[in-house]
Amino acid sequence: MIPAAFEYYRPKDMAGVLSILEEHGDDARVMAGGHSLIPMMKLRMADVPHLIDLQDVGGMSDIAVTADSIRIGAMVTQHDIIDHDGLASAAPILREAALQIADPQVRYMGTVGGNVANGDPGNDMPGLMQCLDAAFTVVGAEGERDIPARDFYEAAYMTAREDEEVLTAVMIPAPQGGYAYEKQKRKIGDYATAAAAVQIVKDGGSCVSASIAMTNLSDTPIYSEDAGAALVGTSVDDAAIKAAIAAMLGDIDPTEDNRGPVAFKKHVAGVILRRAIERAWSRA
Amino acid sequence: MKDEVDSREDRVANLKGMGCSRKRVEDARFTQGKGNYVDDVKLDGMLFGDFVRSPYAHARIKSIDTEAALKVKGVLAVLTAKDLEPLGLHWMPTLAGDKQMVLADGKVLFQGQEVAFVVAEDRYAAADGIEAVEVEYEELEVIVDPFKAMESDVVLREDLVAEDGSLPDGAHGPRKHHNHIFTWEAGDKEPTEEVIANAEVVAEESMYYHRTHPCPLETCGCVASMDKVNGKLTLWGTFQAPHAIRTVVSLISGIEEHNIRVISPDIGGGFGNKVGAYPGYVCSVVASIVTGKPVKWIEDRMDNLMTTAFARDYWMKGRISATKEGKITGLHCHVTADHGGFDACADPTKFPAGFMNICTGSYDIPTAFLEVDGVYTNKAPGGVSYRCSFRVTEAVYFIERMIEVLAIELNMDAAELRRINFIKKEQFPYTAALGWEYDSGDYHTAWDKALKTVDYEGLRAEQAQRVEDFKAGKTRSLMGIGLSFFTEIVGAGPVKNCDILGLGMFDSCEIRIHPTGSAIARLGTISQGQGHATTFAQILASEIGLPADSITIEEGDTDTAPYGLGTYGSRSTPVAGAATAMAGRKIRAKAQMIAAYLLEVHDDDVEFDVDRFVVKGAPERFKTMKEIAFAAYNQAIPGIEPGLEAVSYYDPPNMTYPFGAYICVMDIDVDTGVTDIRRFYALDDCGTRINPMIIEGQVHGGLTEALAVALGQEIAYDDMGNVKTGTLMDFFLPTAWEVPNYETDYTVTPSPHHPIGAKGVGESPHVGGVPCFSNAVQDAFRAFGNRHTNMPHDHWRIWKTANELGLHD
Ligand SMILES: Cc1cc2nc3c(=O)[nH]c(=O)nc-3n(C[C@H](O)[C@H](O)[C@H](O)COP(=O)(O)OP(=O)(O)OC[C@H]3O[C@@H](n4cnc5c(N)ncnc54)[C@H](O)[C@@H]3O)c2cc1C
Repeated sequence: MIPAAFEYYRPKDMAGVLSILEEHGDDARVMAGGHSLIPMMKLRMADVPHLIDLQDVGGMSDIAVTADSIRIGAMVTQHDIIDHDGLASAAPILREAALQIADPQVRYMGTVGGNVANGDPGNDMPGLMQCLDAAFTVVGAEGERDIPARDFYEAAYMTAREDEEVLTAVMIPAPQGGYAYEKQKRKIGDYATAAAAVQIVKDGGSCVSASIAMTNLSDTPIYSEDAGAALVGTSVDDAAIKAAIAAMLGDIDPTEDNRGPVAFKKHVAGVILRRAIERAWSRA
Repeated sequence: MKDEVDSREDRVANLKGMGCSRKRVEDARFTQGKGNYVDDVKLDGMLFGDFVRSPYAHARIKSIDTEAALKVKGVLAVLTAKDLEPLGLHWMPTLAGDKQMVLADGKVLFQGQEVAFVVAEDRYAAADGIEAVEVEYEELEVIVDPFKAMESDVVLREDLVAEDGSLPDGAHGPRKHHNHIFTWEAGDKEPTEEVIANAEVVAEESMYYHRTHPCPLETCGCVASMDKVNGKLTLWGTFQAPHAIRTVVSLISGIEEHNIRVISPDIGGGFGNKVGAYPGYVCSVVASIVTGKPVKWIEDRMDNLMTTAFARDYWMKGRISATKEGKITGLHCHVTADHGGFDACADPTKFPAGFMNICTGSYDIPTAFLEVDGVYTNKAPGGVSYRCSFRVTEAVYFIERMIEVLAIELNMDAAELRRINFIKKEQFPYTAALGWEYDSGDYHTAWDKALKTVDYEGLRAEQAQRVEDFKAGKTRSLMGIGLSFFTEIVGAGPVKNCDILGLGMFDSCEIRIHPTGSAIARLGTISQGQGHATTFAQILASEIGLPADSITIEEGDTDTAPYGLGTYGSRSTPVAGAATAMAGRKIRAKAQMIAAYLLEVHDDDVEFDVDRFVVKGAPERFKTMKEIAFAAYNQAIPGIEPGLEAVSYYDPPNMTYPFGAYICVMDIDVDTGVTDIRRFYALDDCGTRINPMIIEGQVHGGLTEALAVALGQEIAYDDMGNVKTGTLMDFFLPTAWEVPNYETDYTVTPSPHHPIGAKGVGESPHVGGVPCFSNAVQDAFRAFGNRHTNMPHDHWRIWKTANELGLHD
């Protein structure tokens, strides 16, 4: 468990980061909390000859909550999310989800930016951000651009971010209605067997909008537009939930691993989604 | 000298002797990060060695090219089997009478096998050197299933087949097939078959006790330092048996035993994983001899999980017969034991399947037969007793499952079935059908206490209601009540039948009383977290009347400690604890003579009283042990040598047989397979209780490891022999989060043959806990037709059980 030799950089500003990235291309990588990257380097699954630590680059550690949107800097840790009361009232699903990530030690180090940029299908925040219709701000030599979370993930560890770009912030439109983040895992610190992020808006007795995303059930997070649509216009009764589950099952593509075979994962995905919908609806 | 305390009660309390929940003296250093583990050993010029390991489970090695590795900065040497061969060290003997490759000699037999040893200036350079070693492999057919191994033409161990194709006997007799290691039998075959054939009721079941791993927090490692000037080898290591290691190192290296010093410093958990001898030890010693510098080797977590000593991997097939009323008449057990590529099982030599023949459990079973076949496969070697005496966890799991299956067959309550079959109090000492003589027990009392405490009847009523509700669609949760009653067999053991590689399994204690009334005692055991420095001082305090706080306990340095066989199999208290008491009694005997002289009375006219000798009938006339100690050194006493020291080597007359009654109440989410342990009650009877707080700690730890094994901890392989659970992401190590609240309780049935009546407790909770957790899961599904499902009961396997019983339709 010893990584291959690497060069370590700790630039003071983004310009410094970008110039190292420019110089070394995909031989260079940024490191935020290091809690996904360092294990992969130690297993020699990631070869990073030039490692750029983002800790001293300022301006990425703020959380800004306004009436209609939330901006979370890339270096905000998962612990900061749990700790932030303004965030907890504006978007309580973030705290509910963050509390189900890893364990306190990891959450003190792991960042939001690292979690969404990593591209590991096991990470919880990508699905969460798709559910919330967030956008990721990235900066490169050509300047800044925003990429919708729902367009960001291409395959395991493959995202729409270019190698020379750095993710600086996550922008979230203020979430409406009821919410739930439901996750089944084998133990503390485990990635999901199946997880569902649900945000539902209720008007009168019926659902006017619903957003559903699933985690660790494909090689990318799955935003299931059809699952959400199945709830809209209904009273979120058993039939509607069944329709949503059926739609979601059509979108996911789990693989067998130590957590269990495909049939089990699909079954659990359905159960977890049902629970998430019911809880979100009860809070809507 | 003045007498510091007055009342007898105060004097007893002041000793902190047996029965006192004395705080662990070890914890001051452990909780402050001041422990001294092997990896803390840092010597001048120390080098670091690490292994090139095989990515394949079965392959021939065509070539090993070390040239590029030797060019890596900081790399000094790369050892292969070719370098060890001239020294005769490319293979080494195993504890089970087999031999094992130190470095791959022409082929590899399991993934992670040691292929070459890279010696470098530090562990970083070693890791880079490993990457640069080029090994050319030719893949061979992989066998991970022991039943297939017994039918396959593929020969795993060519070294065990004669030139003419015949099979020479193995260490334990004739072999049936080239991938077969041994057959071991206990009991009476024909009578057992006859009883079962004619029985009113017979229950049959096959079960797999999966492969798992002890996974101590500290992995295995060592530092070897050969001093070429004085010819002395010092070996620090994570050894559960330092003296045995010294002897083995001497035998295989030819270095005289007095020139070898083995030191086990603080050890971060062992659980059986640190009993055996590993290639890392041999390679470090050789590397130190070759380079003339100290060499350290420390496993990383994956090395530890994948290569050093696994546990279990027993395929067990049972038949149990009974009368219609439930009185058990016979038991038959066959085991196919998967030992991996080499037989490196750590058992007493005469017991290749350990004490599996304790599998009649706590029951009065008149007729029984056990047969075990050991088999080679392409998996890592090992087969250690993970927090249990030799294979006792397997035995107890087997019988406690068979009892449940029989209860189903009889349509009877499993608690009642146990009760009517328990060995009765008046039957002890009891000789079991498979040969062991149980020393003492009172099973009915323990069982009744346990059932009453948890309100067993009430729980069954609640469970029946839950089943009703489930059937009515009111709940998706089922309730399981897990029962287990276990009898352990610990304290190996009597030298007449217990030895490892010819080393008798006695143990020892040596005491020196200092003139001012404090003491040091050294033992042949070594604590790995059990708290020996605390509890052995308590035994001595009660025996010699000096406060435990004034007694230093030292273990683990073979230059100073008396010879002993180490710590595993809950043997420290039964064997070394007995030696401690006996040595203490020798001290006391001499002290009595000194006291009598000082008090000017006859030896027989004084008697021991807590911390002093008093003149019989005149308690105001006394000499404290402190005074006696001073006199022993500083006063000329006619006919008595100066000094106050004693040594005892204790060869136990029998094993000890702790027992216990455990009950687990569990809720199971039928849809997700998620379990929730609502209650866990553990009653342990370990005989005389030395330190109740340490007992409780041991019970908590053992139960937690039991929970792990029952609910998810496994070493799983795919068909290609790749380890699927090589990191702690997939290998389940429970944390405070997964662990329920444990309720502990006890009864006390002392061992009649142990000097202080103590039996040992460290492993009981693991042995009894595994079947208890498993039975809870299985019991939840009993109402729906479940008989048996294999562990580990992780989410998907529980889900599968529910699914197969049609509970998801
Ligand atoms: C034991 C354990 C359990 C875990 N359990 C969970 C879990 O249950 N759920 C979960 O979601 N996660 C889990 N994680 C992962 C954890 O949350 C990580 O911290 C997180 O995935 C990555 O965040 P980081 O800040 O550590 O990123 P790093 O490890 O530093 O980086 C991860 C990747 O993202 C890239 N990156 C990081 N920051 C940026 C940026 N600003 N711009 C562009 N690229 C960037 C890096 O180059 C790297 O490729 C677990 C980790 C551990 C060690």
